[in-house]
Amino acid sequence: MARVGIIGCGQTAFGRRSDATVQELAFEAWRAALADAGVEPDVVEATVVGSVPEYHKQRSLPGVIQEYLNLNPRPVWLTEAACASGSAALRTAWLEIAAGVHDVVAVIGCQKMTELETAEILALMGRVGDVQWESGFGTTFPGYYAMFARRHMHEFGTTSDQLAAVAVKNHHYGAANPKAMFRKEITVAKARASEEVSAPLSVYDCCANADGAACVILAGERAARAMGKDRVVWLDGMGCASDSMSVLRRTDLTGLPSARAAAAQAYAMAGVTAKDIQVADVHDCFTIAEIMAYEDLGFCGRGEGGPFIDARGSYIGGAHPVNLDGGLKAKGHPIGATGVSMTCEIVSQLRGECGPRQVPGASVGLTHNVGGIGQYCFVNVLRRD
Amino acid sequence: MFAWFGLVSFCPHTKVAGFAQHLKDGRLMGSRCDACGRVSFPPRADCPDCRGAEFTFTEYGGAGTVVTYTRIAAAPAGFEGRTPFTIGVVDLDEGGRLLAWCGETLPEAGLQIGQRVQVVPRLFEDCEEIKVHYTLEAPGTTWAKV
Repeated sequence: MARVGIIGCGQTAFGRRSDATVQELAFEAWRAALADAGVEPDVVEATVVGSVPEYHKQRSLPGVIQEYLNLNPRPVWLTEAACASGSAALRTAWLEIAAGVHDVVAVIGCQKMTELETAEILALMGRVGDVQWESGFGTTFPGYYAMFARRHMHEFGTTSDQLAAVAVKNHHYGAANPKAMFRKEITVAKARASEEVSAPLSVYDCCANADGAACVILAGERAARAMGKDRVVWLDGMGCASDSMSVLRRTDLTGLPSARAAAAQAYAMAGVTAKDIQVADVHDCFTIAEIMAYEDLGFCGRGEGGPFIDARGSYIGGAHPVNLDGGLKAKGHPIGATGVSMTCEIVSQLRGECGPRQVPGASVGLTHNVGGIGQYCFVNVLRRD
Repeated sequence: MFAWFGLVSFCPHTKVAGFAQHLKDGRLMGSRCDACGRVSFPPRADCPDCRGAEFTFTEYGGAGTVVTYTRIAAAPAGFEGRTPFTIGVVDLDEGGRLLAWCGETLPEAGLQIGQRVQVVPRLFEDCEEIKVHYTLEAPGTTWAKV
């Protein structure tokens, strides 16, 4: 199987973008990724788009994007795995190259969440769970993660202050990221004082809807070398797993079995263990999700996620710096773009381009992108040349 | 008929639609696979173990244990007027799991993981059309008493 690497990446700033269509956002990321790769569009043989269709008025988005990027008649389609749609697109592109079908493929993750009216968002919000047995009781995304948090607190003694500490860290690093939606520091006291969303989670435990796009350009090793690329970041470990849609079928309410399965695959394929991961971007859609990610990825033991953030284990200088781009919490979460944006961040970290939020000398990094409440999880290990 | 189930229904058509009729009559039903005998809650028509296509409803007593819960303040469309409301997930003694609102006999202030509860079939009395659901109540609470 051919080794596949990332030769270029780019993304828009995340936030409310009332000035642009979703394909215009995609073009910004595409332009930046081409410039970063130092290639012209003619080398790109195919495109894969990761996005969640319910948020856009435009149906069948990849058709519009491929046209606007001026890439017809090259192949394109959509991948959907809820909030992990971007990583699903990345995996599809990786498969296309690893299988020997293409040499160079572009991955576009994009989402314009503010296109919907509040009433439409509230209606969508009511259909995140199993609509047959759960949605009739008014369940919400924060509601499910709140129930994970409540169980985690019960079993391991995790506290609301520890959840807030995750938000404080992510805002701290987000403040230094020019692409982030929220660029200001917060305190535990401010986070704890915010309005309740779904107990025990409050506003500062939750990421925000956003608009944005990200693009990475993948190439097989032979093609990358033939083009003279010498700062490639390789996709050396690719893990992917699923779990039940319904919380009623979950065997574990304090972690995501799909994340543990995906991590095991990615570590085995890359020939690394958790302790080798020098920088990670994980799916902190809610603060409890980052605590569970520390544990599911093996950065600390089961139930030790709270003490791990207390000991600043996920800060620069800690054992496993996490979400130095601000995470979903401060960077914003345009759902289809997120997995691709995580990949951009880790590529930048491994190339040493992150300035004040750089992990010195990092050569092995990880992305962890969750769809829904763990129905889908993609964990990838990236390594620099 | 399954459109009766839940305050908002997204799913009127299902092979287990009879569940809602039973609930209206005060019975909580799981399913038993006619081929292998596997019991499921929520009920399902197609057996995940033996792939059998025939099933029979089987009545549940509805006693169980709270495994987690939350109080929802920011509600989706159709639930705005009812906030805040508390939902809990319950492991049923007879197997399977259920998610429901906490009823009047189970105030959120005293709610705890591990607490014993009784699942009770309910009608929405403030709805004009037939709307059924179930609530989590204190042990010993019966359909007739709520």
